[in-house]
Amino acid sequence: MTIRRILIANRGEIAVRVIRTCQRLGVEGVLAASEADLDSMAARLADETICIGPPNSAQSYLNIQAIVAAAAASKAGAIHPGYGFLSENPKLAEACEREGLIFIGPTVEQLYAVGDKLKARAHAAAAGLSGVPGGKVVTLAEAQRLAGEVGWPILIKAVGGGGGRGMKLVQNSTQLALAMEMAAAEAQASFGDPRLYLERYIPHGRHIEVQVLGDGENVIHLGTRDCSIQRRYQKLVEEAPAPNLNDTLRDAMHGAAVAFARHLRFQGLGTVEMLVDCDRETFYFLEMNARIQVEHPVTEAICGIDLVEEQIAIAEGRKLRWKQEQIVFSGHAIECRINAEDWLHEFRPSPGRVTRAVFPVGQGIRVDTHMQAGATVPPFYDSLMGKLIVHGADRQEALQKVRRALARLEIAGVATNLPMHVELMDNDEFARGAVNTGFLERFLENGNRAVV
Amino acid sequence: MKFTNEDVQEILQLVDATKFDELHIETENFKLTLRRNRGSRDWSQESQVLSPPSLLKPSPGPILTGRSASAVGADPSILSRKGFTEVRAHLPGTFYRAPKPGAAPFVEIGSRVDAESVVAIIETMKLMNAVYANARGEIAEICIQNAQFVEKDAVLMRIRPGAA
Repeated sequence: MTIRRILIANRGEIAVRVIRTCQRLGVEGVLAASEADLDSMAARLADETICIGPPNSAQSYLNIQAIVAAAAASKAGAIHPGYGFLSENPKLAEACEREGLIFIGPTVEQLYAVGDKLKARAHAAAAGLSGVPGGKVVTLAEAQRLAGEVGWPILIKAVGGGGGRGMKLVQNSTQLALAMEMAAAEAQASFGDPRLYLERYIPHGRHIEVQVLGDGENVIHLGTRDCSIQRRYQKLVEEAPAPNLNDTLRDAMHGAAVAFARHLRFQGLGTVEMLVDCDRETFYFLEMNARIQVEHPVTEAICGIDLVEEQIAIAEGRKLRWKQEQIVFSGHAIECRINAEDWLHEFRPSPGRVTRAVFPVGQGIRVDTHMQAGATVPPFYDSLMGKLIVHGADRQEALQKVRRALARLEIAGVATNLPMHVELMDNDEFARGAVNTGFLERFLENGNRAVV
Repeated sequence: MKFTNEDVQEILQLVDATKFDELHIETENFKLTLRRNRGSRDWSQESQVLSPPSLLKPSPGPILTGRSASAVGADPSILSRKGFTEVRAHLPGTFYRAPKPGAAPFVEIGSRVDAESVVAIIETMKLMNAVYANARGEIAEICIQNAQFVEKDAVLMRIRPGAA
């Protein structure tokens, strides 16, 4: 079935990015926007814009009824959910099925299978992948026993969630009771689900993920991304492919991701997140993200594939265009997330009106943004203003390019984390590659801060 | 026709081959400035999409079309009251009186506070920001309802100074 008109149920840079692919393909793009975004860049670029409710996302971007009604009112045949908001919510996919709309994403069953972290761990085990040693815990006694088995320190995590909420690092058994209580309360508040599980804490870990694409029958991978540069579990820099990873490990990770997706008969675009234990030189399954991700452009850069175009093609019921051996990787790509956060003041959010926005342009440089002079960063949503993506023949060239590109990037009117990226890209340890997830906190603590 | 990134790349290739260092294009739908850095020869762009959004009528039915509760701003008509210390919003965002739904409010009228007391939170860009009393005394007035959106500098509460 050919999709002719898509409702884009998202905002910000990803809405702009999806609209751009729609335009290139000659598919009409209708933007579902809250009242706060009716004048946004995405609204200006979309063929049409329809209001789905007040700024508060619970009443607009998270309102399934409003989004499905907007699709009907705008005569769209499909919904692209972007990332965040309802992108992995099986209830939206179910509502689409009921209304005869195409949900551009995996099937309802697949969303359920990977949305619950314990179910996802069980599927991973069935597909032959090992998760970080650990498991579900209900009682304190159970947790004490399991923690003893996997070894201290341990991490408590929420079954229903991600993004660091409900996650607690516990050093020893005396701290366990309180940590479990706090984690369960946080998990209940954030995800409406207090269930917890426990994992061995990996002190020197790299967060590396594998992009996969499946048509329900065949699955291919599109290489690795390293997302170890994180602050409070929020990614700030990503690169593809993951640098300084030995070939045996890389091949094994590619194979594991494909095996997991094949086990689910995965249909669509997904990411298998893994944690590389640098001390043990092994990797563990963490979770699968069943949507397009913020950092997808670094994969697009090294594969030369438009991932949104492939999402649409698979949603139309087409088969994969390529076999694994036809995927050719070239060069190295780095992405910097530009956030409206004042990094000199504890990353304080900085909403407001942008008065000037200058971006670098040239070969191997891509900027995905919803910012231009006069645009607003509303206080209701996340702080992502845009992403600078550079592509070079190798990592060295990409690093040189990103430094020169950052020097030309200027945003005025709101505070941003741009100075952090400038310093980070000049940091020797980062330049050597293969930093672990503890690196950024160390970098920030060591006073690597712009003096103004 | 909408203006695309591919258009910018093509324009850039054309102008890169010339001796010019700057290009301005403006149509009804977009504005583009390309500028070459004299030292590095690298290019920058400044662009604006000017085409107005084409708004579809919202569907009848479950969509909420009413404007959300209007934001409370720094209204000059609310004169500061003599003898009270004001607690103002340091950020725009949603004002919450309790740490989470269903929990007891941080303060009520009559609560004793000191400078470090957390009296409310403001949710901005998905982050919870504590609001401190910044004064010692007693909460005399709570000016904003729970879950209401406030602009930066809006008066949230008034404190009657005094020993806590």
